[in-house]
Amino acid sequence: MSDHPELDGHGDHGDDHGLPALPPDEPIANPGLPAHTWRPTDVDQAAEKRAERQVSALFGLSAVCAVLFVVAYFNVDENQTVIGLGAQTVALGTALGGALLLIGIGIIQLARKLMADHEIVEMRHPARSSDEDRDATVGQLFQGVEESGLGRRPLVRNSLLGAVTVLLAPAVVVFRDLGPTPNQVAKEQPYLGAGLEHTVWAKGVRVVRDVVGTPIRPSDLEIGDLVNAEPETIFALDEDGEPLLEGVPLQVAKSKGAVVLTRMDPRDNTPGKGREDWDVDGILCYSKICTHVGCPISLNERKTQHLLCPCHQSTFDLADSAKVIFGPAARALPQLPLMVDEEGYLVAQSDFREPVGPSYWERDSQASTTE
Amino acid sequence: MRLVNGSVNRWAGRLSRHRRRPVAGAVLMLFGLVLTGSLYAAFSPAQAGSTQSNEELVEEGRQLFLVGCSTCHGMNGEGVDTVNGNHLGPPLAGVGAAAVDFQVGTGRMPMVQPGQQNPVKPESYSQEEIDALAAFVASLAPGPAVPEEADYSTADLSEEERVEAIARGGLIFRTNCTACHNFAGNGGAMPRGGHAPDLSETEARYIYEAMITGPGNMDNFSDGNLSPEEKRDVIAYLYSLREQPAYGGFTLGGLGPVSEGLFAWLVGIGTMVGFAVWIAAHTTRSSKQKDGQTA
Repeated sequence: MSDHPELDGHGDHGDDHGLPALPPDEPIANPGLPAHTWRPTDVDQAAEKRAERQVSALFGLSAVCAVLFVVAYFNVDENQTVIGLGAQTVALGTALGGALLLIGIGIIQLARKLMADHEIVEMRHPARSSDEDRDATVGQLFQGVEESGLGRRPLVRNSLLGAVTVLLAPAVVVFRDLGPTPNQVAKEQPYLGAGLEHTVWAKGVRVVRDVVGTPIRPSDLEIGDLVNAEPETIFALDEDGEPLLEGVPLQVAKSKGAVVLTRMDPRDNTPGKGREDWDVDGILCYSKICTHVGCPISLNERKTQHLLCPCHQSTFDLADSAKVIFGPAARALPQLPLMVDEEGYLVAQSDFREPVGPSYWERDSQASTTE
Repeated sequence: MRLVNGSVNRWAGRLSRHRRRPVAGAVLMLFGLVLTGSLYAAFSPAQAGSTQSNEELVEEGRQLFLVGCSTCHGMNGEGVDTVNGNHLGPPLAGVGAAAVDFQVGTGRMPMVQPGQQNPVKPESYSQEEIDALAAFVASLAPGPAVPEEADYSTADLSEEERVEAIARGGLIFRTNCTACHNFAGNGGAMPRGGHAPDLSETEARYIYEAMITGPGNMDNFSDGNLSPEEKRDVIAYLYSLREQPAYGGFTLGGLGPVSEGLFAWLVGIGTMVGFAVWIAAHTTRSSKQKDGQTA
């Protein structure tokens, strides 16, 4: 008790008037900061010198590592290996990691051993500005509005607003011309199958195996087979023997035309309304592009006929018009109507009856897909 | 030296003592018979399997099948259905010898318990028994046969053809297989607790058999889907991946962002937190005072 005179004082005061003791202003006296203890480097000149040398040695080693990085970059062969790893990657990683790590260790040692380390007390204060400051600021704002004269001269104010509005026009014109709109592409058809609503599939286009480009007969496929296929158009040559599609149009055609071809027992399949003749003996063809965000899907569970998108787990039932049975996709996969040509190969009856891939602004999601 | 001599003498003495026992003659004769028999078996040119006719093989397979497989697949491989209409074991007519060689040869069959996916485990049958089982199942109905080594080996290709085969195999693999088996062939998760197996250790024969038979939920890649050469190229590509050094550093299972992210979070950030704790836990204070000051 004798250590806390204020506490005792309060207690006495309460007792004098026969009232209960008031709570003390500060129930536990502020003990203040503990006495400062010094570091070896503060009290020992030799230790200070040693720490100084140590920190500069760390910085020096870091510089050496940085130089080693450059040396390794130009001198280690990228085909060389060390313990089954690429030698260059290991050398570059070790050197750069070392350079950064040594700077970090050096800075920490500097802060711990050599920088001033006296304790600082910072008192809290309210975040609100004083009333005088607030009044002065608001006053200056009103004074500025008054002196600019915009309130008194509506002509000036309105013409300024008008000028700023018209300034948007150059921006609109410039950004609009960054590329053709989807509608323009669809109308102009600059290449085969251009536009969001079309692909290169058309009546009589053969379904060919992806990568190798060979056409497929129904008899090639057994029940349970899944073929990743493409339209023959992307492998086709024109009359000069040049590829029909090249560059961007080829990539567009490939990505929009990709399909999966699967053969199931026809008894397992429930064709959608109007799609009764879209398969050939249980061979069904669907767009490979997920209707959610356009990932290519070919993760098929043979037993359940469920095609699963690896990106977000949208699951489509191939035996039921590829309807969505799970996941974020909103629409079934577009189905490609199939038939067989005179030579016995699988061909498309037509293009897809609806746009492939993810939904977009102008797409009519309610439109019938089977007419 | 004396020690060695002593122990040899003692051993010889014990042997000669046993030699006088009444059973010694019988033991010696048995030993001689076993030795002769083993030597004959080891050096004899005749092989039991090749002389066995197909009917005998099928019959041997049938006996093995009745004991080990018929509980789920039925006495004649016709399959057994559960009360819910699911298969306890599917019918085996038409699955072919390749399916048996794959399922039993990789230890997937006989199954420990029904479930979403059959785990790989040490195989329970010898290769001769597997051949007999395969012959029996193949006799039920035509189906894919066990592939010959020539079907999947690239040994008879020139170096240039081999490189081409690997490149083409890579294209085919990335188009047809990566959806389930991962871009590096390291396998991946499938719906409802299944998984597509890791292909980095699988033998070429079993990869080929899996493609022609489509085990479990895997699609078929029959010869009309991928030609035998294309299948061989896929296998050549998978084998080339195994020889490839990890130029980019540790592969962490080749699973992509999952294992790499886990490594960065646990090992990377964990190391930094550990570092910070270590720094804070070690004081740099001294009990000494500066000159001219007192406590």
